[in-house]
Amino acid sequence: MSEQDTILGEHISSDYKYGFITDIEQEKAPIGLNEDTVRYISCRKNEPEWMLEWRLTAFRQWLKMKQPEWQNVHFPNIDFQSIIYYAATKKKPQYASLDEVDPELLAVYDKLGLPKEEQKLLAGVAVDFVMDSESVITTFKETLKEKGIIFCAISEAIREYPDLVKQYLGSVVPPRDNYYSALNSAVFSDGSFVFIPKGVRCPMELSTYFRINAQNTGQFERTLIICEDNAYVSYLEGCTAPMRDENQLHAAVVELVAMDNAEIKYSTVQNWYPGDKEGKGGIYNFVTKRGICKGINSKISWTQVETGSAITWKYPSCILKGENSIGEFYSVAVTNNYQQADTGTKMIHIGKNTRSRIVSKGISGGHSQNSYRGLVQVHKTAENAYNFSQCDSLLLGDKCGAHTFPYLEIKNKSAQVEHEATTSKIGEDLLFYCNQRGLSNEEAVDMIVNGYCKEVFKQLPMEFAVEAQKLLSISLEGSVG
Amino acid sequence: MLEIKNLHAKIGDKEILKGLNLTVKAGEVHAIMGPNGTGKSTLASIIAGKEDYEITAGEILFEGKNLLDLSPDERAREGVFLAFQYPVEIPGVSTTNFMKAAVNAKRKHHGQEPIVAKEFLAMMNEKRQLVELDKSYLSRSINEGFSGGEKKRNEIFQMAMLDPKLAILDETDSGLDIDALRIVADGVNKLKSKNNAFLVITHYQRLLNYIVPDFVHIMYDGRVVKTGDKSLALKMEERGYDWIKEEVGV
Repeated sequence: MSEQDTILGEHISSDYKYGFITDIEQEKAPIGLNEDTVRYISCRKNEPEWMLEWRLTAFRQWLKMKQPEWQNVHFPNIDFQSIIYYAATKKKPQYASLDEVDPELLAVYDKLGLPKEEQKLLAGVAVDFVMDSESVITTFKETLKEKGIIFCAISEAIREYPDLVKQYLGSVVPPRDNYYSALNSAVFSDGSFVFIPKGVRCPMELSTYFRINAQNTGQFERTLIICEDNAYVSYLEGCTAPMRDENQLHAAVVELVAMDNAEIKYSTVQNWYPGDKEGKGGIYNFVTKRGICKGINSKISWTQVETGSAITWKYPSCILKGENSIGEFYSVAVTNNYQQADTGTKMIHIGKNTRSRIVSKGISGGHSQNSYRGLVQVHKTAENAYNFSQCDSLLLGDKCGAHTFPYLEIKNKSAQVEHEATTSKIGEDLLFYCNQRGLSNEEAVDMIVNGYCKEVFKQLPMEFAVEAQKLLSISLEGSVG
Repeated sequence: MLEIKNLHAKIGDKEILKGLNLTVKAGEVHAIMGPNGTGKSTLASIIAGKEDYEITAGEILFEGKNLLDLSPDERAREGVFLAFQYPVEIPGVSTTNFMKAAVNAKRKHHGQEPIVAKEFLAMMNEKRQLVELDKSYLSRSINEGFSGGEKKRNEIFQMAMLDPKLAILDETDSGLDIDALRIVADGVNKLKSKNNAFLVITHYQRLLNYIVPDFVHIMYDGRVVKTGDKSLALKMEERGYDWIKEEVGV
């Protein structure tokens, strides 16, 4: 056993490969949070009056709220007055081509392993690159514009498409929904806005790379995606962050709206700095993600691969309001060292014949704690609702923990709900078998873990799946014996 | 090829091997027989490099190299193969993917390029037929839902794919019906060459009707106490192990 511990220790000790810091001049809000901070942000963003009011209302609500404590994660109290709530890159570039872009920024692309032209040429992915709080580069806008698709920074949408934003912002996740959604609503800096008009199938994957870059700066993204009748979009969100000593708070809100026969596929690969081997530093990732299947036959599918952050706390959820609508949640959550994750989903069945599917794969190594928390709620109105949930936990070693908290609230007798759960361990016998076939521990763990996560990975677009596998390998490098 | 000299090994405080000697040359088939608990499977595990055991004395040379200096995966890549008595299941990993990783690990070790897909598939197809393994098994997760016989055939198939210098069969015959036994033995016989060697660990003489050994060793209490040709196995079957105990005076 001690041998296994040693190997485990080595695997777990791999360093965070994306821990680099870029040096681009920044403009920051004064430290701390009060109404003036909110006004400062709104002013910096050239927002209209109604938006400022919306933020201030949220801020006043937030002041009355208490931090939730029910989650299975532990962290020191956050001092909200010691955080800088807004940082923008100083130069405001409006580039026609990548050649004009700050070479520092291009270097970031390179370090992220993104060939500069990859998004443009190979994958056909339009990238709205959010560096800290400001969107700095947007590609493919023209192509999208031809189809009537809007894909821009939410700050731009607030100025350019106020009616759409007014109609939908906060309609799925109201500011008062929870402590962190209220905070986000007050101080959100930027994020993406996507609007797919009736009958349009978005011809490419839309992708945003988020990156927290300024020290002490909380990142509060706000993303809003609307798919009108018979429209389709696949959206990719991927993140890496530079290495930092202090904990960084990240509280994003993502809202999705799917109308009749619309489909939204939202994929995330999250690889923020998880802290060092002793659990020092790392990102606090407290996110509210929710989609509503408003129309009949609509579909929302969340796929997430979570390898980073010191603490991950998020439940991408679906409100299944439209008849025959479908909600899906596919998740791989990896925790190592002292990482903590409390993640899962909520499937709220309201409409008739609504269906949902949950596939959650938790992988824990080191001293980490990994919890699945999921709610399946079937309302009285949800005749013939169906849910299938599968929650699997994989343990690497004996110092980590895996927990499953499934909640079921069924108010309609016609509902059919299935739940399967397994816990397994990469034990010595399994590794020895792989070793005996010539595979090193790392190769063996890679193969076993990828096999274990296959069902989730196959939901990801190809390029993303490859990246996800890479991240998994990096996160678990040296990790099992 | 394999030279074991005065090997002593223990697990915890319990000494299991107590001065074992064994020499295996290329082109030979050696059978190891003996009652339960005499260290047969321990010997197989130690050669393959399982880390539960502490070697207290002696050495194992494989092609002149000190095997005990190598990690289990290095030994495998050097050409040591163990067909497990209880093969594990690996959910989500197909036999195809597993074998591809294994074959390439070995190739890399020997300075070769990864195998091209077409060549690999042809090889899979050829080798699976040696043990009459249906094609569908290759795309299924390794050993998941396989019967005992299928698992053993899968072991021999993997052996064929990796083409080891030294193949150890750890009670491969246990739990096999007569048809499966014949299939497994036929597979092994086809793989036999003047360049490789087999170490067949078994309780029963039955398997040795099919895989004919050049040498039969009787293990008792952590040592090889008697060595003979294939007639020794027959004699064992007839007379049981008590005869040996008397003859060697233990």
